[in-house]
Amino acid sequence: MIEQLLLIGTIAIKILVIVVVLLLSVAYLTYIERKVIGYMQMRIGPNRVGPFGLTQPFADVIKLLNKEIIIPTMSNRFLFIIAPVVSIGTALAGWAVIPFDKKMVLANINAGVLYVFALSSLGVYGVLIAGWASNSKYALFGALRAAAQSISYEIAMGFALIGVMMAAGSLNFNAIIAAQSGGFWHWYWLPLLPLFIVYWISGVAETNRAPFDVAEGESEIVAGFHVEYSGTVFALFFLAEYANMILISTLAAIMFMGGWLSPFQGIPYLESFFAWVPGLVWLLAKLSFFVFCYLWFRATFPRYRYDQIMRLGWKVLIPVTIVWIVVLALAIHFQLAPWFTEMK
Amino acid sequence: MNMQRLIQYIKSFAFWDLLLGLKLTGRLLFATKITIQYPEEKTPTSPRFRGLHALRRYPNGEERCIACKLCEAVCPALAITIEAEPRVDGSRRTTLYEVDLFKCVYCGFCEESCPVDSIILTRFNDYHMENRGENILTKDKLLAIGDKYEKSITADRVEDAEYR
Repeated sequence: MIEQLLLIGTIAIKILVIVVVLLLSVAYLTYIERKVIGYMQMRIGPNRVGPFGLTQPFADVIKLLNKEIIIPTMSNRFLFIIAPVVSIGTALAGWAVIPFDKKMVLANINAGVLYVFALSSLGVYGVLIAGWASNSKYALFGALRAAAQSISYEIAMGFALIGVMMAAGSLNFNAIIAAQSGGFWHWYWLPLLPLFIVYWISGVAETNRAPFDVAEGESEIVAGFHVEYSGTVFALFFLAEYANMILISTLAAIMFMGGWLSPFQGIPYLESFFAWVPGLVWLLAKLSFFVFCYLWFRATFPRYRYDQIMRLGWKVLIPVTIVWIVVLALAIHFQLAPWFTEMK
Repeated sequence: MNMQRLIQYIKSFAFWDLLLGLKLTGRLLFATKITIQYPEEKTPTSPRFRGLHALRRYPNGEERCIACKLCEAVCPALAITIEAEPRVDGSRRTTLYEVDLFKCVYCGFCEESCPVDSIILTRFNDYHMENRGENILTKDKLLAIGDKYEKSITADRVEDAEYR
């Protein structure tokens, strides 16, 4: 009995640590986003609250928490409130299976990829429910766009993940990382390059970020699915979006960039020189790069038109993944060195 | 022709245009920032800048304005109101000189028309009002602004002298 309680206690503490760290990184991601995009537009971004504007995220959070939650008269109250909870819940739950280091994983389940994929699809329900429950035209437009977009891109993303499963022969994240060991050129980004690119594009689309942010569509439909939201419930949507960005980046790092593996593996001198660096640091470095790419894309690309998004998803990304899965199957069958030598 | 289309096709699959865009923003990330930190830093203004109004005085303290009402006549926005009476010593002076800042379009015609360089537009453009009615600059306020900024006004005149 006591052992069970202890187990539950440690798990709860682990969850707490992950969530707190995640929320802090989300807070600072908003700051970094504003800074990076500002710099790319030759501005300097927030710099008034605290040194270099470093306490800006806290000012924003306090402001949002103090604001009134306005519930539109004609809306469905229950669904209106439940929608952001669905969004944030799925965004946080996905982190349960992410391995931060060789032993640092909350739930080392066998079907980790499947679990994350299922949750990221569920997250769209938050957007859909929000758009429908608001009983507002713009919100409904946003929700419809989000639905169509995520259906299209989930297929491409799923195919890209199938490629990873085929290559690693497992759905377990740690097994996928282990299968990539052997240094920079052994990671899956190279043999699965088209799938990697497809995964990344669909990942950006899946999180409704620029240039695929038609669901939010600031300049066309105001804020899309969350026009009617204010205060804390809006903050939840915001948190979910950014947590999802980090999650997609982490998955990209794990499945295509070797997760917590050191990039110097197999290089005689550098490997021992960097041996003391914990795997967590490598993972953080890799995922930071991908998160930076999110911001970089947002600062660079104009929003895709709706029909262009559909064309890209159905006519380009899905055919590319299917072709590459065939190529990959052949490569695995003939045990192409150096990636697929030990598989049978 | 076909060759060009092929090249175009390959380029689009290699994200050529997107990479060019990313290169641009990537370079700008490290470029010198052009932001001016407004309250601490300000953009340079010309000595001819047409900002807040002021009435000037002669060095002996006598107000310059002789109530000729040329500025009132020339003002395209009818922002200036003047009433005048002979002063005790017999000289013609204004009893009322008001500029409505909400009406004023800062064209500078009053300054141009003034024969004694009395009404002028200073280079100060960041001022505000907190209460209703403060948009009307009375004679006292205008003279006070003139007294406060006389140094910079004179300096601006000197700098611009050869073009007048």
